[in-house]
Amino acid sequence: MSDLRELYQEVILDHGRKPRNFGPLEDANREGHGHNPLCGDKLDVHVKLHDGVVEDVKFEGAGCAISVASASLMTEALKGKPEAEARALFEKFHALTTGTEEIGLDELEALDKLAVFSGVRDYPLRVKCATLGWHTLNAALDQDEDMVVTE
Amino acid sequence: MTAETKIVPASGFDVERIRADFPILAKPVYDKRLVFLDSAASAQKPQAVIDAETYVYESEYANIHRGVYLLSQQATVAYDNARKKVAGLLNAASAREIVFTRNATESINLVASSWGRANLREGDQVILSQMEHHANIVPWQMLREEIGIELVVIPINDAGELVWEDYEQAFTSRTKLVTMTHVSNALGTITPIAEIIRVAHGHGIPVLVDGSQAVPHMPVDVQALDADFYVFTGHKLYGPTGVGVLHAKAEHLEAMPPYQGGGDMIATVTFEKTTYADIPQKFEAGTPNIAGVVALGAAVDYVEALDRQAALDHEQALLAYATERLSAMNSITIYGTAAEKAAVVSFAIEGDHPHDIGTILDHEAIAVRAGHHCAQPVMDRFGIPATTRASFGIYNDFDDVDALIDGIARVQEIFG
Ligand SMILES: Cc1ncc(COP(=O)(O)O)c(C=O)c1O
Repeated sequence: MSDLRELYQEVILDHGRKPRNFGPLEDANREGHGHNPLCGDKLDVHVKLHDGVVEDVKFEGAGCAISVASASLMTEALKGKPEAEARALFEKFHALTTGTEEIGLDELEALDKLAVFSGVRDYPLRVKCATLGWHTLNAALDQDEDMVVTE
Repeated sequence: MTAETKIVPASGFDVERIRADFPILAKPVYDKRLVFLDSAASAQKPQAVIDAETYVYESEYANIHRGVYLLSQQATVAYDNARKKVAGLLNAASAREIVFTRNATESINLVASSWGRANLREGDQVILSQMEHHANIVPWQMLREEIGIELVVIPINDAGELVWEDYEQAFTSRTKLVTMTHVSNALGTITPIAEIIRVAHGHGIPVLVDGSQAVPHMPVDVQALDADFYVFTGHKLYGPTGVGVLHAKAEHLEAMPPYQGGGDMIATVTFEKTTYADIPQKFEAGTPNIAGVVALGAAVDYVEALDRQAALDHEQALLAYATERLSAMNSITIYGTAAEKAAVVSFAIEGDHPHDIGTILDHEAIAVRAGHHCAQPVMDRFGIPATTRASFGIYNDFDDVDALIDGIARVQEIFG
């Protein structure tokens, strides 16, 4: 069993306590709703997509430190990125947290701050927490306004 | 209260000896002593139960109620004996009043499906409480979809107790059933079930009691309660998974149509007409969980061999100690502060999510439940998404409570 500090790194604790880009987004044109019935976490992701670029992204909701921090760091990472890059980042993040694929060094670099979530892969029950925001973002980009349910 | 002034366990209850009966408690988790505080979700099993199930498969296994050969007879006798044991545990009027199911959920579904469809019409009302487990909500909602019955929900107060006046006033000419928990799994509240039944019977209304969380903690006498239906689930009573119990008064079972059709529940079958077996077989279609039922019988033996009052006193002492120590900590709110409680404490730590709390406690080999406990209406009532729940069984001791408190201190240290 790995050290708890690897899961709950300072960045995660900080973003969990003080999420960035938290709140409504007035001129959003993409919305996603996410729910993890296991723990009751609920997140909404608001995206302003303009000319194929994520011009702005915010989120709202309540959840555990992992899910809130992940959504918070996600919004920071996405702002200004083309949609295709945002989706590619999700794939990398997914691989990182589930540990399904080996992550190369350049990929780790691309993930930048998001790499703090690598500890999650040792906690299979918590992977869904870390990816809830991302799944919700994906649904928003797909213009799927149904509730995304992860459990 | 500090660790030095611990409540001394009730005399006559040797928790060390009890712990030795449960092999899993001796197995370290992450190289640490397992602190198992999730018995309300499912209890651990004593060696006697594990052995009973193994014994069936090793020595006495065959299908029941069929073969004329020795093994089948032995298995049938063991199965029927388990029914008598469960009848004894609940003080049922007769073993004929005990139906084996898969779990409490199936027991409630059986009543909803069989009794419900036969007795409920559009506009009829079923009374239940705000603190029911989903297992005692959803089957009735399905009947609402199907038949158009109404569910009348009796609220709970801030302590998690049934609002009594609302219950007394809920009866109308359309009321047909009361279905109520004996002990809340999310809050620990013990409901005044004898009074609940007395009031309902005063109106001529039958009562189903969800005893899933009661039977593991306290003696239950269905005749003294005069319960029409009483259900529980074997795995919370230190028994195996896959076996549940429905107790129902014989008059109800006799009048009810079968739940499922098939073998074992018939008297004669021709393509023109089938006559059903007598109760309780009428409700046990198909090959049952033979070994599981026998092992549940062993769990009943195990529990009945305990000094049950001493066991209850011990659990209550743990509850009091845990409540006292949690209350002395900063930023902790306990949900469920009813005057009468079983050994369950649901709590929140301000600013910390139960899921994070659960992960950190898990690191200390402390197993607690984090979530809505299949009682989302209770969470909504208190305006919270989830709680952390510690629940106690006969094998927990004061060290377990101390470990929990230390673990929570660690959570608060990490989250600052
Ligand atoms: C009060 C209550 N009712 C019903 C159930 C359902 O038990 P089972 O899942 O074994 O059917 C539970 C257990 O989770 C419970 O606590």
